[in-house]
Amino acid sequence: MNRILEVRGLSRIYGPGCPHCVDTTGPEADTNLCPHCGSIVAIHDVSFDLFEGEILGVMGESGSGKSTVVKALYFDQAPTGGEAIFFDGDTQHELFALNAARQRWLRNHRFGMVYQNPHLGLNFNISAGGNIAERLLMSDLMDYGAIRERAKALLARTEVLLSRVDDLPKHFSGGMQQRVQIAKALATQPPLLFLDEVTTGLDLSVQARILDLILEIQQELKTAMVVVTHDLGVIRLLTGRAIVMKYGRVIETGLTDQILEDPQHAYTQRLVASAL
Amino acid sequence: MNAMPHTTRGSAYNFGFLDEYAKKEIRRAVLKAIAIPGYQVPYASREMPMGRGFGTGGLQLTLALIGPGEVVKVIDQGSDDSVNAVNLRQFIEMTCPGIATTTKTAESTLTQSRHRIPEQPLTAAQILVLQVPYPDPLVVVEPSEDKRKVMHGEADYSRLLVKLYEDIVQFDEITISHRYPTRINGHYVIDPSPIPRWDVPRLNDAAALTLFGAGREKKIYAVPPHTRAEPLAFSDVPFRVEDFRDAAGRRRACARCGCTDSFLDEFVGDAGSKTYQCSDSDWCDEQLLQAEHAQGEPA
Amino acid sequence: MTPPILQVEGYGKHFELHEQNKLIPSAHNVSFTVRAGELTALIGPTGAGKSSVLKGIYRTYLPSAGRILYRDAMGHELDLARASEHQILDLRRREIGFVTQFLHCLPRQPTLDVVAQPLFGLGVARPEARQRAADLLSAMSLPERLWSVSPATFSGGERQRVNLARGFIARPRLLLLDEPTASLDPATAECVIRLIEGLKAEGTAMLAIFHHPETTRRLADQVVELAPPPAVEAMLKEYA
Repeated sequence: MNRILEVRGLSRIYGPGCPHCVDTTGPEADTNLCPHCGSIVAIHDVSFDLFEGEILGVMGESGSGKSTVVKALYFDQAPTGGEAIFFDGDTQHELFALNAARQRWLRNHRFGMVYQNPHLGLNFNISAGGNIAERLLMSDLMDYGAIRERAKALLARTEVLLSRVDDLPKHFSGGMQQRVQIAKALATQPPLLFLDEVTTGLDLSVQARILDLILEIQQELKTAMVVVTHDLGVIRLLTGRAIVMKYGRVIETGLTDQILEDPQHAYTQRLVASAL
Repeated sequence: MNAMPHTTRGSAYNFGFLDEYAKKEIRRAVLKAIAIPGYQVPYASREMPMGRGFGTGGLQLTLALIGPGEVVKVIDQGSDDSVNAVNLRQFIEMTCPGIATTTKTAESTLTQSRHRIPEQPLTAAQILVLQVPYPDPLVVVEPSEDKRKVMHGEADYSRLLVKLYEDIVQFDEITISHRYPTRINGHYVIDPSPIPRWDVPRLNDAAALTLFGAGREKKIYAVPPHTRAEPLAFSDVPFRVEDFRDAAGRRRACARCGCTDSFLDEFVGDAGSKTYQCSDSDWCDEQLLQAEHAQGEPA
Repeated sequence: MTPPILQVEGYGKHFELHEQNKLIPSAHNVSFTVRAGELTALIGPTGAGKSSVLKGIYRTYLPSAGRILYRDAMGHELDLARASEHQILDLRRREIGFVTQFLHCLPRQPTLDVVAQPLFGLGVARPEARQRAADLLSAMSLPERLWSVSPATFSGGERQRVNLARGFIARPRLLLLDEPTASLDPATAECVIRLIEGLKAEGTAMLAIFHHPETTRRLADQVVELAPPPAVEAMLKEYA
């Protein structure tokens, strides 16, 4: 299996930062906030690998920094330290050494992202089909007929009624908005997909359908995914491997079933034991 | 061009109303605009003795570029004698002694126009100045100027194209009639000012330089001669100009001169009857003149 | 004699529960081999660590001690206890199967697809995979009307049959079985036993824990008896 993403020492500090920040924050310190300078160490020294076609879980509670990791990789927010290499066929891209134009190109052509909040991933002023068309246009597809067919096909695949392809997302339920987001993210068939708490807040039956959908798509397209969640059920269902984060640090990594049945770190044990 | 600090009627105004520094800045902006086709060059638009929205951008360009001996034509919607065109022309005559003005396109060295490009193809010795209300086609999809600048820089016009997509979904065609977004030299997309679609193809590979001035928005941009100007479209839904066919499918003719290949204005009579006439008044005059010559009558 | 597919040397497992500050022994000093076409059965009282051994091999548990030497299809030997996560995932997909007592599956997936799943993962075309799943389910006497429904509402015995079918279908080189016939009626259990014999004949190496000593007697080529790890008797008294 080939590696698709290599993340090393990823860090993000909000605030001025000082020499004490790292030592005075983290799981042992039980805080993200540096007592000396008031900076927030959102993530520190996060490293992991992702292989082609695999689903990696990033697990943690609020404040663990799990969303910060994918936001950095998707170029929503620049990290303050660390590097990441994306393997794209024969080319390697050092993500944080690229200029803004190259980063945007990767976002539009090679990555996909589904946010917890559909307002971040969708344009609510244009139709569902228009949202997908926008992404296809960003990836340089210029044939109207082809764009329309592809948009319809993607929405059908994500089980959005075809009669609603020209409706505005604000008229959709939460679950349907997420499905439009997924369709949009997949429009360019990206080899790498980020999913940030995509089912949090949705009804259970809706969650189940979306998780099913994600798995089916992953099997069909062999997309590599990073799934951020605090829900153990989602981790168990979707991921083969996972990393557990607390206060910005990775405290455990391993096969998903091993983390859930034989957790090593005290925090992970508490987390797993707390599952309802 | 002689930058003579000439005054008119004993007043203290410089030739061309603008001081020489203002003209220099505008000329520099013009050079930059030509060097980067389609790029909106910011400039310090001067206060003119007329309100914004009446062509101050186009006027500043004209005043910065002309000198004694030049021949200037001013039109508004194709007509030399509309109120705005007359006012601007009189202002130019007043502030630029030694300038000649004309209504004949073929005689002008510089034409300032609002919302139309003359039907008569311009030559390499002529300049066209268009008055622009809103220079940036992205303003409808992105309110932040910072973000628009990045989008222009990266030629990311997908959100504009989505607007076209939504049009086709709703109306089976692109419904933009004026200000049709046009890509210049393969990169920057401009708003070519409220010229009709009919005029957009005339920007492409033109012999003359076309300059765009937005006074209120403080931007100057250009389509240099022999530059690609491609209206945005999909590969399977091509750009098309206005169709002047009647219900029977016949191309309408100008009621005055009989021309069947010019842009026509529609006039509604008191009883609701419609007549069509060339929008470009000089062109219409020329057609009539040629018809007279063809019939052997003296000019 | 061909080299064994699996060689366990001194496997030990204990759990460290940080919150309670306790060390829970699970298995101690277990050694045995498993060969192609043979079934090794683990026997011993509850608490001896039989399941723990299976899970340790499959890496659901992280072994605390010992080596688990596995010879893969290419003839390479590696220590599963120290293999990388990706190597384990790859082996699970292609060579090592584990049939537990519980069926974990997607809530809405039809039974036929649940069983065919391992073949999808190997790139087998869906129609063919589903056909093979159908054949296996027929062999297990699972009524055809249940194939298009999710196993979520099935009885214990029905779920177990689905579980086994899924475990068998991709013909793993090494198959781990944790009480596979526990909730089955005698007829179905018999059918499963015959399937296992069939797999053995095909060369599958198997490591199993059986509920009934009779089954062990019928199927095992080798029996390994595990004793409870030291001090666990004291632990059990504490929990009681």
